[in-house]
Amino acid sequence: MGLDVRLPIGLMFAIIGILLSGYGMLAARTEHASLNVAWGLVMLAAGALMLWLARRSR
Amino acid sequence: MQLIAIDWVILGVYFVFVLGIGYTLRRYMRTSTDYFLSGRSIPAWVAGLAFLSANLGAQEVIGMAASGAKYGMATSHFYWIGAIPAMVFLGVFMMPFYYGSRARSVPEYLKLRFDEKTRGLNAISFAAMTIFSSGISMYAMALLTNLLLGWSFGFSIWVCAGVVLLYILFGGLTSAIYNEVLQFFLIVFGFAPLVFVGLQRVGGWHGLQTALQEVATSRGFADGAWTHTWSITGDAAANPMGLEWFGIAMGLGFVLSFGYWCTDFLVVQRAMAANSMSAARRTPLIAAVPKMLFPFLVIVPGMIAIALTQHADTSGFALPLKADGALNYDLAMPMLLVHYFPHGLLGLGITALFASFMSGMAGNVSAFNTVWTYDIYQAYLRSGASDRHYLNMGRIATVVGVCLSVAAAYVANRFNNIMDMLQLLFAFVNAPLFATFLLGMFWKRATGHGAFYGLLGGSLAAALHHGLTLPRGASSGVKGGWIAVLDSYPSEMAQNFWTAIYAFTACLLLTIAISLLTKPRDEKSLVGLVYALTPREVDNEAAWYKRPAPIGCAVLAAMILLNLLFW
Repeated sequence: MGLDVRLPIGLMFAIIGILLSGYGMLAARTEHASLNVAWGLVMLAAGALMLWLARRSR
Repeated sequence: MQLIAIDWVILGVYFVFVLGIGYTLRRYMRTSTDYFLSGRSIPAWVAGLAFLSANLGAQEVIGMAASGAKYGMATSHFYWIGAIPAMVFLGVFMMPFYYGSRARSVPEYLKLRFDEKTRGLNAISFAAMTIFSSGISMYAMALLTNLLLGWSFGFSIWVCAGVVLLYILFGGLTSAIYNEVLQFFLIVFGFAPLVFVGLQRVGGWHGLQTALQEVATSRGFADGAWTHTWSITGDAAANPMGLEWFGIAMGLGFVLSFGYWCTDFLVVQRAMAANSMSAARRTPLIAAVPKMLFPFLVIVPGMIAIALTQHADTSGFALPLKADGALNYDLAMPMLLVHYFPHGLLGLGITALFASFMSGMAGNVSAFNTVWTYDIYQAYLRSGASDRHYLNMGRIATVVGVCLSVAAAYVANRFNNIMDMLQLLFAFVNAPLFATFLLGMFWKRATGHGAFYGLLGGSLAAALHHGLTLPRGASSGVKGGWIAVLDSYPSEMAQNFWTAIYAFTACLLLTIAISLLTKPRDEKSLVGLVYALTPREVDNEAAWYKRPAPIGCAVLAAMILLNLLFW
């Protein structure tokens, strides 16, 4: 139906991933903050994968 | 704990996307079939993830973590003997009749197979139940956010209800399904870091085992009661569930799980929206793969929480106590979240909690508006109107359904007892359902009268059994024993399982007996509805991974392996 659901999911994951890792890099360096960077990058990668899959099937 | 800007931004991004999906889909909603059945156009993998996600309400996530803390790894019985075989059975054996009959809902299948009164009974109790259960889970969510984040009782209720209302109003079932897929990924990515961080804190899997061994010993249960699934079920007293293997395999594995996964329209609707018979059959099988792995995501955090609590002085983490002095297990998952996630990740975790809550609610609402419109309104109040009329009725039902569940949440907050009693009543209604469907699909001689009175008899048997037994330590009333106390069970869970077993058996025997005494239906009218009279699907040409039977076998093999690994 009209919309490939991978598109919004990929986009959302990419945005949240950038926000998380960006915040992790800029905010005060605590023990936990590196978790934000790492997980943000994982989400960004997952988002990019989704977007790539959506694009490929067009 | 207060959320800061970055947490709110992440939550906000999520809200923008779910509403955006609903808004984008609004122009595809032209007919009632588009609105209630997604025009039967959903690809298998999307339907599969939605199938899983619709069931993944906040109560599932929070409740499974709570059970993980309370009962340990044995909670995975709900997955590895409960859900998975039932999902495989649904996909391989039952879906051909649901999808093939072109019924638009589960109650409608009952109408086609049996008669009007059986459909009416199922439709009305189902509609009431969806409203009520979405109200209950909204109430639970509001309590949680109130406790953790200090939000007022109404805030999360109105925000979530408002967003779910809007996106279903715009995009109907398609919007619910698409958002469920998005919510599924969010739930996985929101909670997965918790498992990493938690395991790190308890010293890995080995550290977790050692700590849980102490938990088991200190409470007088068998060795490994928190880390094994079957080896501790030889004796009901050896494990915290208070169940022996037979009660688990029959009560949960057979009656309860099959009753839920194979007959509940909430989940079956996702498969009915699939774009082909093959896709519909693969829907529950695709869902079974992530479902199998969910114990690691939702149960293990609960186990970590109780392990950390055992060593509270060194770990600095302890589950809070309830008013009566017992550990508040329901807080296992949310407490870990606020305790170990830094801001940013905390926003993601809270968003995942909201996502799980909203996917469950949207599942209820989209199933409610369909059953209301097709099985109650069109069947009994106004038949023969234009398609547009029913489409508009579906939109009205969406608004009314959401309002009613918000009202139910407020009622739950005021009168806890009423809710407990209603929940009990629905348990009685649901317990015998699977017997009816099993006979309906696989025994052509089963008749409408048999099905209807079998269902009533099964519910009555459930009520009787509940009224005559009591879990140990409870007092008579809503927990049971309200007629007389003839027998007691080691735990509430054991009582529930046995109630279901009695209800199923009573319904099965009654339906068979009454069917044999009443006039059979003409066989021609049962083609496509009953196994023996329906031509087999031939799918030998497709690759094995596109055929239900081989996928089902692979899923079952993986399930057995998991059971053995954690034996």
